[in-house]
Amino acid sequence: MIKKILAPSYLGLLLVMLYAPILIIILFSFTEAKVLGNWTGFSLKLYASLFEGGVTHSLSRALWNTLIIGLTAAFLSTVLGTIAAIGIFNLQPRAQKAIKMVNVIPMLNPDIITAISLFLLFVSIGISQGYTTVILAHVTFCTPYVVLSVLPRLYRMNPSLYEAALDLGATPFLALRKVMLPELKPGMISGFILAFTLSIDDFVVTLFTIGNEGLETISTYIYADARKGGLTPELRPLSALIFITVLVLLIIINQRAVKKTNTKTI
Amino acid sequence: MQEKSDHSIITVEHVSHAFGDKTVLQDINLSIAKGEFVTILGPSGCGKTTLMRLIGGFLKASEGKITIAGSDMTLTPPHLRPVNTVFQRYALFPHLNVYHNIAFGLKLKKIPEDEIRKRVQQVLKIVTMTDYEERDVDTLSGGQQQRVAIARAIVNEPEVLLLDEPLAALDLKMRKDMQMEIKAMHKKLGISFIYVTHDQEEALTLSDTVVVMREGVIQQIGTPAQIYNEPINSFVADFIGESNILNGTMIEDCLVEFAGHRFECVDKGFGANEPVDVVIRPEDIYVFEKLDAAQFSGQITSSIFKGVHYEMMVTTPEGFEIMVQDYNCFEAGETVGMRVKPSDIQVMKKERLCNTFMGTIVDESHVRFLGNTFECSDTLGLENGTEVKVKVDFRNIVLYDNEEEGMLRGVVSFILYKGDHYHLTVLTEENEDIFLDTHDIWDDGDRVGVSILPESIQIENE
Repeated sequence: MIKKILAPSYLGLLLVMLYAPILIIILFSFTEAKVLGNWTGFSLKLYASLFEGGVTHSLSRALWNTLIIGLTAAFLSTVLGTIAAIGIFNLQPRAQKAIKMVNVIPMLNPDIITAISLFLLFVSIGISQGYTTVILAHVTFCTPYVVLSVLPRLYRMNPSLYEAALDLGATPFLALRKVMLPELKPGMISGFILAFTLSIDDFVVTLFTIGNEGLETISTYIYADARKGGLTPELRPLSALIFITVLVLLIIINQRAVKKTNTKTI
Repeated sequence: MQEKSDHSIITVEHVSHAFGDKTVLQDINLSIAKGEFVTILGPSGCGKTTLMRLIGGFLKASEGKITIAGSDMTLTPPHLRPVNTVFQRYALFPHLNVYHNIAFGLKLKKIPEDEIRKRVQQVLKIVTMTDYEERDVDTLSGGQQQRVAIARAIVNEPEVLLLDEPLAALDLKMRKDMQMEIKAMHKKLGISFIYVTHDQEEALTLSDTVVVMREGVIQQIGTPAQIYNEPINSFVADFIGESNILNGTMIEDCLVEFAGHRFECVDKGFGANEPVDVVIRPEDIYVFEKLDAAQFSGQITSSIFKGVHYEMMVTTPEGFEIMVQDYNCFEAGETVGMRVKPSDIQVMKKERLCNTFMGTIVDESHVRFLGNTFECSDTLGLENGTEVKVKVDFRNIVLYDNEEEGMLRGVVSFILYKGDHYHLTVLTEENEDIFLDTHDIWDDGDRVGVSILPESIQIENE
């Protein structure tokens, strides 16, 4: 009996603690008060001014940058990661294991280390910091995730499929395009979404590679804004929107995973 | 060996193949005629699939030449070869429906859409799958997927159809039906079929020609009847059907001694008193009650009803166990007489009479071979480091259950029952074969320790 009450309430408490900060931001995005914590009645004015762009031209600018960087980086790392996964899959088992471990290292490596190393790399080979460097940096840490979401599809694929396509007269390139890619597509889409969320979420690496030519993403903008003292109130609706976007993307990824396992068991 | 003729659609000449340092095919020579149904038969790991993949172009031969339809295609990639393959696990494209799976090859050839439709419908009729065009391949049963896979291959009108164990995943009843269908299809299409299988019955049922392979080497090529009635060695005899394989001695032309008796036979050309292997099929031994007409006799030890015939084990007074099959039943315990027709005795040259290894003398009482140093009672006074031939009789090799007990470790890789003992092949860790005779029962795949007695090691100077 006690267990019946304690277990759910413990879980509830945990969830409240986890989500309270986000819930507060969302809640206060529906009021006009300049200072966070003052409730001055329900209003959608902050949302409106966010989209009008009148308040802070640079904020919507930052939003666009984030999206462009996220989509480009996700696209590039999907291409790279898929090719890499096919390559890894065709290696000898021992080499395969080694490369897979190397692939995981960037995922476990602390962001700050990745950030500093990339910064030093770009400086030392003389690429001027800006769009290029941020996208390159994001591709670096997103690609391993794509590899990991494409590889399982390869392992599940009938190894004769590619050969069957060759046998029926397809050149290696056509066999890749007409048989391998349709088979890998679900993994590639999951990988793309994952890479995109990672990219829009990133702060540390972006900060180190974005340069000081005035290029801002949402995360660096907020950071700069906070250091100036006081957060622009429009950040509250923006955060709410980003949270919802990421939530939706995550639900999509999970649904895809569920669907995959379901069709497999049938 | 088959004769090379102008009618051959595929010739394989001196082809060898290795994966890393492991040789999987050794000097393969094969010629396949237009319209022939050839089965490549052998236990798993004998290289049959590798040979098929070389013909299909999925592997490039390390050595040798492959000619298809008159042109050298040793290095031609698979998409340019006039052959099509039916893969072991069907390999249908899961994202396409039945129609688009079959049309895949034709579309790549840029054939007009209405002709594609016509041809797809035609092959669906051949494989009796009309009406299944729009079905998702995942919703088909194993047998149906198999048919679609065959349709997808033959719609391209290949010169040769390769089938890699196509029925392995089906249940017995389905397999029998499909065998008949494949045979009928072969007749209808008139193209050559190369069929890879480990099922000897399937091979005998389907083929015009059977190629028996073992450890990357072709053992015998012949019609199913030849392979069955005149196996070239004890491996083929043992692998195809049931058989009694016994050690024998060729006394003179047309006279062979085995199981303690002399028998008339039809084989000639062996040396006087040459040791041979003798094969008699169980159905070729006549069993009866009257002992005076018998060539040899024995006591029935077991009798099992097999549907059409009884399968009985007979032990002769000389201690040989022989399997016989007869329509009449004899109960266990009965004493029976037996006869064999001279033409039913198949005499085969022995592949080897003892183990021969390459070795080097270590000192006056030790010799090194098989990656180990053995004590040896007589080294002929040869100098240390001399390269010698080491011979060991089959009977003087001892096996241990416990791998640690032997001087060498190995795995039992082949067992042949010789009526009164077992002839075993043990593959050592150094990848060398040791052959031995034993009365003990071992299983295929048993890990064993191997020892060789010092006095049984014979040294021969090169």
